[in-house]
Amino acid sequence: MTIEVRNIVKKFGSFAALDNVDLKVGDGELLALLGPSGSGKTTLLRIIAGLDWPDSGEVFFDGENALDHGASERHVGFVFQHYALFRHMTVFENVAFGLRVQPRGVRKSEDAIRARVKELLDLVQLDWLADRYPSQLSGGQRQRIALARALAIEPRILLLDEPFGALDAKVRKELRQWLRSLHQEIHVTSIFVTHDQEEALEVANRVVVMDKGRIEQIGTPGDVYDNPATAFVHGFIGESIVLPVEVRDGAVKLGGRKLDIVANGAAPGAANLFVRRHDMQIGPAGSGSLEGSVQHVRTFGPIQRAEVALCGSEGKTVIEIDAPRDRELRTGETIGLQPRRYRIFAAPE
Amino acid sequence: MSEPQALTFTPRDNIHTEPRVIRFVIVALAVLFLLIFVVLPLIVVFASAFSRGLSAYFAALTEPEALSAIRLTLLIAAISVSLNLVFGVIAAWAIAKFEFAGKTFLVTLIDLPFSVSPVISGLVFVLLFGAQGFFGPWLQAHDIRVLFAVPGIALATIFVTFPFVARALIPLMQEQGTQEEEAAISLGASGLQTFFRVTLPNIKWGLLYGVLLCNARAMGEFGAVSVVSGHIRGETNTMPLLVEILYNEYQFVSSFAIASLLAMLALITLVVKTILERRLDEGQVPSDD
Repeated sequence: MTIEVRNIVKKFGSFAALDNVDLKVGDGELLALLGPSGSGKTTLLRIIAGLDWPDSGEVFFDGENALDHGASERHVGFVFQHYALFRHMTVFENVAFGLRVQPRGVRKSEDAIRARVKELLDLVQLDWLADRYPSQLSGGQRQRIALARALAIEPRILLLDEPFGALDAKVRKELRQWLRSLHQEIHVTSIFVTHDQEEALEVANRVVVMDKGRIEQIGTPGDVYDNPATAFVHGFIGESIVLPVEVRDGAVKLGGRKLDIVANGAAPGAANLFVRRHDMQIGPAGSGSLEGSVQHVRTFGPIQRAEVALCGSEGKTVIEIDAPRDRELRTGETIGLQPRRYRIFAAPE
Repeated sequence: MSEPQALTFTPRDNIHTEPRVIRFVIVALAVLFLLIFVVLPLIVVFASAFSRGLSAYFAALTEPEALSAIRLTLLIAAISVSLNLVFGVIAAWAIAKFEFAGKTFLVTLIDLPFSVSPVISGLVFVLLFGAQGFFGPWLQAHDIRVLFAVPGIALATIFVTFPFVARALIPLMQEQGTQEEEAAISLGASGLQTFFRVTLPNIKWGLLYGVLLCNARAMGEFGAVSVVSGHIRGETNTMPLLVEILYNEYQFVSSFAIASLLAMLALITLVVKTILERRLDEGQVPSDD
């Protein structure tokens, strides 16, 4: 099932939760909506599910207007951030709910319902919990039961709101891999909301980065990481070094000193230079267009992370860089720095 | 613990700041207070009721006037509890699950019967439905009796007992939020299915609690009912009204026999209330970490 969202606007009072959002999701995709809190990602998900209504705009499922139908008619599986399991029902009855509330003509027989629930509990590997109540489950178990319950209605679309938000780090990692392999197995068009970039980049086929009710960039995880379209995306995804620069006549200046990099068509005026921590080339003093003294070095795994105070900049700007361990850095040492890959975005007014 | 005065303390006492003597005095005062103001009156009620023996007691209860009062009280309670059950659930639902203008005002309005003297509540209905009242002439012209009849007593009782169900449900429903309902709807449930399969089971103990208190008040209400009833013997006297009438006529055994029924209702209410409160606490064990 494909999803198309056109010109969605949603305001809460004077706050624009969604400001003219357009989005197309292909059949069988696993899409992440990534953004900080308040970026509108959950609101967009709820509008697609029919739990919220846009002030204006359209939503299409396979070209058919979804806004003609309420949430109960859209056949959308929704997994809530806090799972929203029915607390007075056993795990079995939770999963069976969607099958039991079907209209009489369509409803499966009791035997068929039992078989289906069993099958789903097997799928999420929790068949042994069928008689427990939600309060007796761990967070990760609740999460998987919520997913089984959503899948019971054979949804055309699966929507997950911060699916791993309330879990501890280890369980998160396991569930991420599990969700990805589950998606490969059932192949239903899925959208999940997250504020965790690692989660989005690791699980999704495509990532939609949102901020302040707008879509900043849509792309594959590699795309949004390597070719961020806006300053926000660069700053939000991955760690970035941000330096205030001035662009004039195609040259880039930092604190009056010309840097040995090209403006790449950036508009003249105040701008910010974005460089990934590991994209700073390190050399002997005087070897790059920047120079700094190492203040502090921490070494872990394959990298060493150094705090470097830039010389020549007005005041003291301290940046963090990641360097491979083949060149040992020492505290107090002066090194030359040259951005290997970088992007320049006009400074916000 | 090695110091001499520690001998008077058990290890558990150390976490309390008050010495044992003071705690004993406080507890004793509380118990004494309860004995004088609660237990003693209860004993007096039953002692007076049975002062001429069991047969006099049951004779008093089976007199036509007494039977009529019991019937009327049960009828009024049935009407007002069932209507307030519906109103209360609707009001609590609206307040707990939706945002709308004037919500605070509505909450205040629901509490109004608690803050108004029951006599005033009764008088309002006299002013509305009495012969000189707002609807009086019209009602008379159509030969409909509200005041000094069952409808008037029911209206006054409904008014006085309105807050109980709503008040029991609002905090519970607010705490539970709307997520389970949203989940039910996204799974294809209709509004009614959602209410009966998800909302109602989640609030059932709170609802029973509200109904119980509502019922106790409906059966025991005196002030508001007294104003609108007209005290027609064998017709519009509820049990509390009859107790007063009999007492004023020095029929102590009959009076206290009826009173003992109300006292038993109170005791049963108390026991059930305790059980329900325990259930409610269990139900509120958070289902999320």
